[in-house]
Amino acid sequence: MRFPHGNLLGIEPLDADDIKTILDTADGLKEILNRPIKKVPALRGRTVINLFYESSTRTRSSFEIAERVLSADSLSIAASTSSVSKGETLLDTARNLEAMNPDLVVIRHASAGAPHLLARHCRFAVVNAGDGAHEHPTQALLDALTLRQHKGKLEGLKVAIVGDILHSRVARSNLWLLSKMGAQVVLCGPPTVMPPGIEGIAPVTYSLEEAIEGADAIMMLRIQLERMSGSFFPTKREYFRRFGLTEERARRAKKDVLIMHPGPLNRGVEIASEVADGPYSVILDQVTNGVAIRMAVLYLLLGGSPEAAS
Amino acid sequence: MSRLLIRGGRVIDPSQGIDATLDVLISQDTIAEVGPRLPARGTKVVDARGLVVCPGFIDIHTHLREPGQEHKETIASGTRAAAAGGFTAVCAMPNTEPVNDSEGVTRLMIEKARVEGIVRVFPIGAITRGSAGEDLAEFGDLREAGCVAVSDDGHPVADTQVMRRALEYAKAFDFVVIDHCEDPELSRETCMNEGPVSTHLGLRGEPAVGEAIMVERDVLLAELTGSRLHIAHISAAASVDAVRRGKARGVRVTAEVTPHHLFLTDEEVRESAYDTSTKMKPPLRSEADRQAAIAGLQDGSIDCIATDHAPHHVDDKRVEYDCAANGIVGLETAVPLCLDRLVGEGLLDLPRLVALLSTNPARIFDLPGGTLAPGAPADLTLLDLARSRKVDPSRFESKGRNTPFGGWILKGWPVATIVGGAVVWDDLGR
Repeated sequence: MRFPHGNLLGIEPLDADDIKTILDTADGLKEILNRPIKKVPALRGRTVINLFYESSTRTRSSFEIAERVLSADSLSIAASTSSVSKGETLLDTARNLEAMNPDLVVIRHASAGAPHLLARHCRFAVVNAGDGAHEHPTQALLDALTLRQHKGKLEGLKVAIVGDILHSRVARSNLWLLSKMGAQVVLCGPPTVMPPGIEGIAPVTYSLEEAIEGADAIMMLRIQLERMSGSFFPTKREYFRRFGLTEERARRAKKDVLIMHPGPLNRGVEIASEVADGPYSVILDQVTNGVAIRMAVLYLLLGGSPEAAS
Repeated sequence: MSRLLIRGGRVIDPSQGIDATLDVLISQDTIAEVGPRLPARGTKVVDARGLVVCPGFIDIHTHLREPGQEHKETIASGTRAAAAGGFTAVCAMPNTEPVNDSEGVTRLMIEKARVEGIVRVFPIGAITRGSAGEDLAEFGDLREAGCVAVSDDGHPVADTQVMRRALEYAKAFDFVVIDHCEDPELSRETCMNEGPVSTHLGLRGEPAVGEAIMVERDVLLAELTGSRLHIAHISAAASVDAVRRGKARGVRVTAEVTPHHLFLTDEEVRESAYDTSTKMKPPLRSEADRQAAIAGLQDGSIDCIATDHAPHHVDDKRVEYDCAANGIVGLETAVPLCLDRLVGEGLLDLPRLVALLSTNPARIFDLPGGTLAPGAPADLTLLDLARSRKVDPSRFESKGRNTPFGGWILKGWPVATIVGGAVVWDDLGR
């Protein structure tokens, strides 16, 4: 069993077996993080570049740690310009990096499809660490790993994804992943942030109570406060009153519901602190699993076989 | 006296209801006679047996980029592309640098075309100064200098009062006002059609109704003012319907559609994995919109096919999808696409296609040509319906290579283009 892809551009091109391979590999590698000496030589001599065109704390440090634990040589570039502003084009930057012979580039970019542009024109492997509102595959994978650890399976789980679906790459990647793995997804948020045609992929409700009813897990999405100026919703106050996750609302879910959030949190906007810090919150488990998932993805793309990981 | 005989071709001239095997005699730069077995004595002869001979095709929506963006296209390269694509005339859109909003720019384009162009170039002037949508351009001067219509192409005329005044004022100069219909707020920061595909790809989409809202507005304004309105590159089913209803009420409205809106949908953006040669304005729409455009051609709601030939430098396209320039080249693919996908598939008959590419464009803008009647300019397009060839962008005469049709194998190609009695391009291979 090998991983049959040269890049990780999104969840959508993967099938259920590919996803299971990544999750199993991450399960195997996760143990390394608990060792006194957290380092294995799996990717020794391999070079990885983290090319971040958008700011990121969690995702970037998670990739960096994963790379170091696997002994890859890595460097991170925080690029603040895109090809429309002055400076070189994305492809010129990529080609310059390519000339230094990296084995893999992790890219985060505000433009959907930017990782595809690199994959089309460059030799190195590409991992999408978030492209516009398109996909954030490693986030969905770490969410799935967290769900599987707590629930033992993904198939048949009822998962509510709540918030700004329109602008969310996390929502899209999770929707593809959970659907492929046989979970039942329900989407919830104001109608203004429901992308057209989404109801053809998963059921949509504008009632948070309805979405949460009987849920095994609730994934809350970050609300971008600047959306208020685009008339997506009137005020923070109203958003929290209608779509914010409170303790009282969370009680409608299953008793052992998992509360998830990709971060960073807007406390008191999409989620109450009592819930975010409460006993059902697995938000910090998600972060830990993020390192394991990124180790697995790097390992599989750079030629490791799933068996050798454990 | 120079005479040319086009012998033995299937002559199709919708303006005269001709579709028969005939000869066409050209004397100097005009059509002398169309008839059976005309005498060849003292003439040069083009053997057109097995070919179709029609009045020259006219593209009423071309971006020649000169002056100002000569790295994308020039009048010389753009007219070569037109000739190679079977067009004997093009209407040049005014979004040059500077914008063609004054007689000076118009005269420059006409003079450049006379010296360097190989097909006819009819400039279109701007509706508003700088195409900024505020103050009207000097229509009288533009008409006198040689403009054939006005348009702020690339931008809609957002202000309803300005559009109303433009339509009214244009009547004094018998101008058709062409509008690029797009609600500026609904399309702000968008880069493709809004729908399931944009949702999938995470790209910001522009709803098809953004176009239709402006088409409805313009049709109502044309009705109010009694002026002549032409809708550029119609792409939405609801827009076609608005034009159809307007025509039924007697509004003087006409419309064009591009080959890419006839043969591609927004699925192409997904299938090409964000290839920027699928990005243009208006964007590729849904299958229902595409079908509505074909139906509009069939029932006469849409009057002509125009390319919206929009050449770009590779640097403008080899970037992130949302940053890429809008537009694709079209002059060298439009005719074979229509022959293969419309006539070849039985959606339109050949005389109807010739009307859409020649007779109707000439009629809408009162251009010379579009007919083989004696005395008309000797502008002809010759077609070989049997020829099958792959679209190869590296062989384009245009400087632009930005096409989503590269690699398509199409049957039916233009093989000779005659402008003013001179063969300006031929691929007869005989």
